[in-house]
Amino acid sequence: MWIYEKKLQYPVKVSTCNPMLAKFLIEQYGGADGELAAALRYLNQRYSIPDKVIGLLTDIGTEEFAHLEMIATMVYKLTKDATPEQMKAAGLGAHYANHDNALFYNNAAGVPWTASYIQAKGDPIADLYEDIAAEEKARATYQWLIDMSDDPDLNDGLKFLREREVVHSQRFREAVEILKEEQGKKKFY
Amino acid sequence: MSQKQLPQEFYQLMEELQAVDFVLVELTLYLDTHPDDTAAIQQFNDMAYYRHQLVPQIEQYYGPLQQFGNSYSGYPWNWNQSPWPWQI
Amino acid sequence: MKAGVIVKEFTQRKYYHPYVSPFDPCPPIRVKSYDTPPQLYLGFQPPGLPQYQPKQALYSGTLWPALFSPYDNPYERGGQS
Repeated sequence: MWIYEKKLQYPVKVSTCNPMLAKFLIEQYGGADGELAAALRYLNQRYSIPDKVIGLLTDIGTEEFAHLEMIATMVYKLTKDATPEQMKAAGLGAHYANHDNALFYNNAAGVPWTASYIQAKGDPIADLYEDIAAEEKARATYQWLIDMSDDPDLNDGLKFLREREVVHSQRFREAVEILKEEQGKKKFY
Repeated sequence: MSQKQLPQEFYQLMEELQAVDFVLVELTLYLDTHPDDTAAIQQFNDMAYYRHQLVPQIEQYYGPLQQFGNSYSGYPWNWNQSPWPWQI
Repeated sequence: MKAGVIVKEFTQRKYYHPYVSPFDPCPPIRVKSYDTPPQLYLGFQPPGLPQYQPKQALYSGTLWPALFSPYDNPYERGGQS
């Protein structure tokens, strides 16, 4: 089971009321390479992967939920007291019509999250390579978000999240090496 | 609903816990792929011990950090009394 | 990068020169770049690497300087992507 902890992984700060940044950030909430997709991808793959790497998938998948909460916090703070007029001016009029200021799992273009964003091939190497690619794509997304944001406090949190993609990618690469070694033992030359 | 303002001490302690827990996260992922690193396991256990010292100090100001019996409750039930992480 | 120096220092960013057509409508960006962060080079992490202190680790996003990858908006850094 999972136990919620009433604490953010990182002290998220936002300096300006800026709903337009929230519109972009939602990509990492409900987008293809976002934190929800990451968490669900890893926690689903772990049922059919060799035991040696189940712990890693469980722990990274769990950390992704902490990142999802960080993104939600950023979006929440950026839009908390935004008026319908401000939402409209920020390009969130269509969002407001459906959701008021509620968060929703969709990407920056408003496309709702779908399970087809994630894969589970059942082949450990294929799945781990997918995970490495997912981390690199999420890293890139954070870079493009940082490029568009002029909020230094927000960027501080985004840089933390980008760095976590780097570390997760490193661990998935190590997981591949662990599984390669297992296969190597059975090889004859 | 809850309008309880948190004292400065809370924010300092929370930052301390975030730092300690972050080291624990990093060591956890590292140990998942390096299960035989004795020094890292020693460091992990030391940090886990320190975490257990820190948590009750924060809960004095903030109430329970976890549910389902991992934290104690005051009276009345105080899970919802302090603001939530995205609010503070 | 210094001209004439053959040994290249390790960098986390690489540069290339895209083809520029005289008919490109936008003013050309002559040098483009992309990130090549440490996980592409580290291999299986060796034990006992130097660590940050807990608070610095938190604010760096990693416990190990060897995995730290700084990032700033490149359009502000040098005016080039």
